[in-house]
Order: sequence, then structure tokens, then C-alpha cells
Amino acid sequence: MLKPLVATAVVLAALSLSPRVHSQADKPRSPASTIPGLDGWGRPIVPVAKDQKSAPAPKHDISGVWDAPNGSGTQVLGAAAAPEDGKPEHKLPYTPAGLEALKLTKPMNGVRSVLPAESNDPVFSCDPQGFPRDDLHELRTTQILQRPDSVVILYTYGKIWRVIWTDGRELPKDPEPRWFGYSVGKWVDDYTLVVETKGMDERTWLDRAGRPHSADLRVEERFHRLDRDHLELTVTIDDPKMYTRPWVALDKFHFELQPPTFDVHEMICSPSEFSQYNKLLGNSISERETH
Amino acid sequence: MKSKFLAIFALGLGVLIFSPPLTAHHGYAAYETDRKVTVKGTVTEWFWANPHCVLQLDVTDEHGQVVHWGAETENPTTMSRNGWTKDSIKPGDQITITVLPVKNGKPVGRIIEVVLSNGQKLAGRVNPASEVKPEDPPK
Repeated sequence: MLKPLVATAVVLAALSLSPRVHSQADKPRSPASTIPGLDGWGRPIVPVAKDQKSAPAPKHDISGVWDAPNGSGTQVLGAAAAPEDGKPEHKLPYTPAGLEALKLTKPMNGVRSVLPAESNDPVFSCDPQGFPRDDLHELRTTQILQRPDSVVILYTYGKIWRVIWTDGRELPKDPEPRWFGYSVGKWVDDYTLVVETKGMDERTWLDRAGRPHSADLRVEERFHRLDRDHLELTVTIDDPKMYTRPWVALDKFHFELQPPTFDVHEMICSPSEFSQYNKLLGNSISERETH
Repeated sequence: MKSKFLAIFALGLGVLIFSPPLTAHHGYAAYETDRKVTVKGTVTEWFWANPHCVLQLDVTDEHGQVVHWGAETENPTTMSRNGWTKDSIKPGDQITITVLPVKNGKPVGRIIEVVLSNGQKLAGRVNPASEVKPEDPPK
């Protein structure tokens, strides 16, 4: 009589030892799409050929429609070169004030994540991302226009722009804070534009992980054109009030050139759309477990 | 006697291992990331809008009751990269969706994949393995 019971129990144990999801690699995930991606005009996006040798970079020219491939600029765990993933090599050098400021932010992703309804991420109440978060979160297809005295960058997320003055002016001494600060740039060689920015509004987060910054923040961007089709961006954060030393937030982030006919999607935070989403689904998702 | 002991031991082992894993919350904080659910039903609404596109689906369960499911994807700009459009799904369509179910037990999910009535597959952008288990806050 006990033999069937033993057999059942052994089968049960064996089933439970079969690889039901325990490792990250086993988690359900979406398959790769078999349908081509579409630009903002609904036209298929032509992928850049990986092995194609590109023409040389033009000098003093970073203009173009630059795509961040494969969602690499989304950065939901925070700045791509230093995500908040708990790994020792990504631990930031906070000052005591920086740590205290960090505790006040409640992000929706990463090691300190909370439920959507509990997050105080200002972007989700449609505040501007500001700078440098526009580089460190949702960095998507980025259009760069060059004029004789300035470089203008048009960002997809929030449909916002920045002006980088290249006419030799100095950064203002004690400017009124702005969401996107004040930027000046100069060419350090034929293919590298170095940009300095200060005067950012303290209300912004540095990135989606809720890293803080003070009004003393200074950011360096290095735009380096490798060849005709490839641009790299490196972003360094320097804020002695919050961090004991400068740290690299983006390290040679890779952009690929798209045709000038590429239409960029419109991506705008609309309070009415957020409200609609919360009514349809967001509130249900954030309710606590009922079972 | 020995058989009885083995039976109890094996049962206990099975129960122990079947206990839900103590995974911590991720960016997918509100969703179960270790299993997926597949349902088939009739689309009642498809909202192609920020911050996430929302699908509403009527699903008839095994008891003949209609359950109103809600499911979300990423934003339209992201979904366009997978070939989705505002016209990919329409009210009245008979579709099958596979989702990460929400933890609170409601009929809500995050879309892993949609299969249309003509067999075409629309891939979501779900990858919970890309996010990590939270650990202690930085000291």
C-alpha cells in the first residue's frame, strides 16, 4: 500500500527538482521580433550593417541623426557605466550628504525599487528630465544640428533640446539654475567636441536610479566621432558635495548614424495620458496582493 | 517502516522545494517574473499611448465566466521598434496573449507576446533577467 505513496512522493520531489525557474536566465522573456522596426513616419528602419567599413569621419562635425541601438540608452538601472545593480565595481563614491540625498529618492527600478504608485521620480509627474539625465535615461534617437556658433541637440524623450555654445564664451559665474543648465563646448581635436555644463536645477535626478546632485554639479561630455557612421559619448559627473570624486556615468556610449530622412518618434510626458494609464491599469498594478 | 519514512521524507522535500522562491522585487516589482500566463480572448480596447500601451481583453474562463483582463506593453516609441503600430490590434480581434502576471492576483499582466488570429506574432519587450535582485542599500 505504501509503494504507490512512495512512488508518488518520489515523482513529486523529482518534478520539483526539474529546472523550474530559479536562475535569471530561465525567466520568461519576449522572443526577438520578426517584424522590422518603424521610425516615426511608420517607415521600416534599415539596420546598420555590422561589418560594413565606414567612410572616414568628417572633421569638426558631429551632426546627424544618431540612433542608440537596441534600447541601449534606456538605462533603467541608472547610468549605463555605473548602474545601481549592487555590484562593487558600480558602487558610487557618495559623500555623507550624497547618501542622505540618495535615501530620499524612490526609484521604480534597480536595487532600491518601489512599486510605481510609491515612486517619487519627478519624471513620472512629467517634470522635465533635465541635464544630465537626458543623457543618462531614455537616451534614444538623438538629432545633432551644427550652426557656426553652437551645437543644438534634439532629444527624443520629452521632445526637448539643448544648446551648446561653441563661440568661445565662458560658462556664467553664478547662473540662475535651469533644468538643462548652461553648456559650452570646444573642439579638442578634429573629431572630439568636449562640452562643460553647470547651473542645473537641483530638483532633477541624475538618472533613473535616483542618484542625487547638488547645484554645484559640473558635467563633462566628450562627443567623439569614430568614423562617418559612429559616434561615442562619454559623460563624467563632478559634484564634490555629493560624490568624493568625479565618476564616469557613460563610457563611450555608442551611436549609429541614420539617414537624414529618418523621422524621430514623438515621446512626450502627458499628464492626461498618465492619468488615463493609471485609471486603466496603473492603479490595479500597484494595489497590494489580495491572496 | 523504511518505506513509510522514505515517503514522508520525499513528500517533505517536495513541499519544501515547491515553496515560492523568495525572489526580491525588481523593476518588474509588481509582476511575477518566474512564470507566465497565456489567455485567449476578444479585444475590447487597445490604447496606443504613453507611458505604456494598454490592451483590454475579455477572456472566458473554464467556468464560462467572462474575466476582464488588462495587459500592458512598453511605450509606443519602444514598441514601434518591434513593428507594433496603433493598428496592430483592434477591438473585436480574437487574440492570444502571454504575460507576466501581476503579483496581486488581478487579471493584469505585462505582455511577453501576442498572437493574432492570422497567426502573426507580436513580440513584447519583456526581459526581467536584465534587472537585478535588490540588495541592501549602499552604506
